[in-house]
Amino acid sequence: MFSFEFMRNAYLAGTLIAIVSGIMGVFVVARNMPFMTHTLSEIGFAGASFGIFIGWTPLNGMLAFTTVSSILVGELSGAVESRRESVISAISGLFIGLGILFLSLSNKNSSYATNILFGSVIGISHQEVVQMAVLSVLVLIVLFFIFRNLKDDSFDAVGAKTNHIHSSIISIIFLVLLAFSVSVAAQIVGSLLIFVLLTLPAASSKYFAHTVLSMMLLAIGFALFGVWFGLYLGYITNWPVTFFIASIEAAIYGGALLYNSIANKSR
Amino acid sequence: MRETLISVENLSLNFPNHQVLSDLSFDVQRGEFLGIIGENGVGKTTLIRVILNQLKPSSGRIRIKDGLRIGYVPQFRNVDVEYPLSIEDFISLNFTGIKLPWLSRKEKQKIQTVIKQVNLEHISKRPLGLASGGEKQKAYLAQALINDPDLLILDESTASLDPNTKRELLDVVLRLNKELGLTIIFVSHDMQVIHEYPDHFLWLTKDGYTSGPISELHNDSKEGEYV
Ligand SMILES: Nc1ncnc2c1ncn2[C@@H]1O[C@H](COP(=O)(O)OP(=O)(O)OP(=O)(O)O)[C@@H](O)[C@H]1O
Ligand SMILES: [Mg+2]
Repeated sequence: MFSFEFMRNAYLAGTLIAIVSGIMGVFVVARNMPFMTHTLSEIGFAGASFGIFIGWTPLNGMLAFTTVSSILVGELSGAVESRRESVISAISGLFIGLGILFLSLSNKNSSYATNILFGSVIGISHQEVVQMAVLSVLVLIVLFFIFRNLKDDSFDAVGAKTNHIHSSIISIIFLVLLAFSVSVAAQIVGSLLIFVLLTLPAASSKYFAHTVLSMMLLAIGFALFGVWFGLYLGYITNWPVTFFIASIEAAIYGGALLYNSIANKSR
Repeated sequence: MRETLISVENLSLNFPNHQVLSDLSFDVQRGEFLGIIGENGVGKTTLIRVILNQLKPSSGRIRIKDGLRIGYVPQFRNVDVEYPLSIEDFISLNFTGIKLPWLSRKEKQKIQTVIKQVNLEHISKRPLGLASGGEKQKAYLAQALINDPDLLILDESTASLDPNTKRELLDVVLRLNKELGLTIIFVSHDMQVIHEYPDHFLWLTKDGYTSGPISELHNDSKEGEYV
């Protein structure tokens, strides 16, 4: 399997994505942002289509759109909960519409749309793997420096305020990092299924691990397992890799919920 | 050798449509255990936020001793049943700043020390979401102690607790006050408790305030009625 360059690239890219997603996911879940993350990836879809339309790579188009919009979307996070949901729905709808428009204008065949929406393993070139690696490392370096303040702000927003942590600055940095992570993760699982890696592994981990660092390690483990095993199953069956990754992560999450309800009963 | 940590002079605070604190003057000395009482909405939390420098007074002034370290236990917290962090890791959240993601040995030791101070050794590894109301309050208290404060502020920390749990928490606070000389500001609307623990009081009412040593707090109000 590793004699094919595209499989080597896919494994390399998948590994990076799993690590970044596991770490970022713990914050996404703690900050209650799975829905926001999903919206960012829909915006990413529009960006990727736009990229194809004007002759960039989908990854670059996605990066441009998600980064710019992450800052705008961040303004919403202060809005009242009930309104936020509706505003996000409106934004999602608008950007999916734009994505469809750009795709049709660029005259590419529909498999392009499928690849962006649902992911594709074949498409990843060596150069893109390098770019994804650079982005991932960048995300990790920034996280390293803001780690403690981000942790406090994410897990105890009330307390963070008294610790004089600039919540709005932390939020914006986090959203830009999220934009990068979404763009990178979409390369494998597609923009429609971003939460499969950015939410589910972290959401599962919190039932087994009770410190931020151990939750991250476990989330990385769950994500890696899904990606590696999913790529392998996709290779031998020729079925879509995304299907396998999604099923594995959903199964892990289901298992975690089951474990939690059993553990709660016996407590 | 009195040492004034906080000095408030003629302080007033107006929100756009109404005045909350008016012409308030009082001092807090090092080692004092001050109880702030008053009805709901009278401005207790607002006063705390002025002390924490989160709000500016509309007039008058407040002076805080240079470099005073304040540990604060806020009135509300978003911790639900699914809150995943262990009591230990929750406490460690207060170690902020640009440092390594993992804790140093000194930091770990400090966490163990404060956990002992609030008697949570037996459940320190359990998720905070599953802790009882009293255990949660102790965890919040421990978190506020982690950076060696000179002054500890507790806002309604005992409000939802049953009488025994309430005493247990206040005994811990009183011990910190007596043994470590920690200055305490304790906000509550429970008269009984205010009579029993603090050595000074500040009683905010709709149209003024009274303050002084606890012996001057009128006994006829002991049953928790506001006259
Ligand atoms: N940011 C704000 N803007 C406008 N009004 C405010 C603001 N914060 C508080 N208030 C009002 O000021 C008054 C005092 O509020 P505060 O929270 O200080 O009361 P409290 O004494 O702590 O009450 P409780 O016992 O219920 O905690 C209330 O009427 C409240 O509605
Ligand atoms: Mg209050």
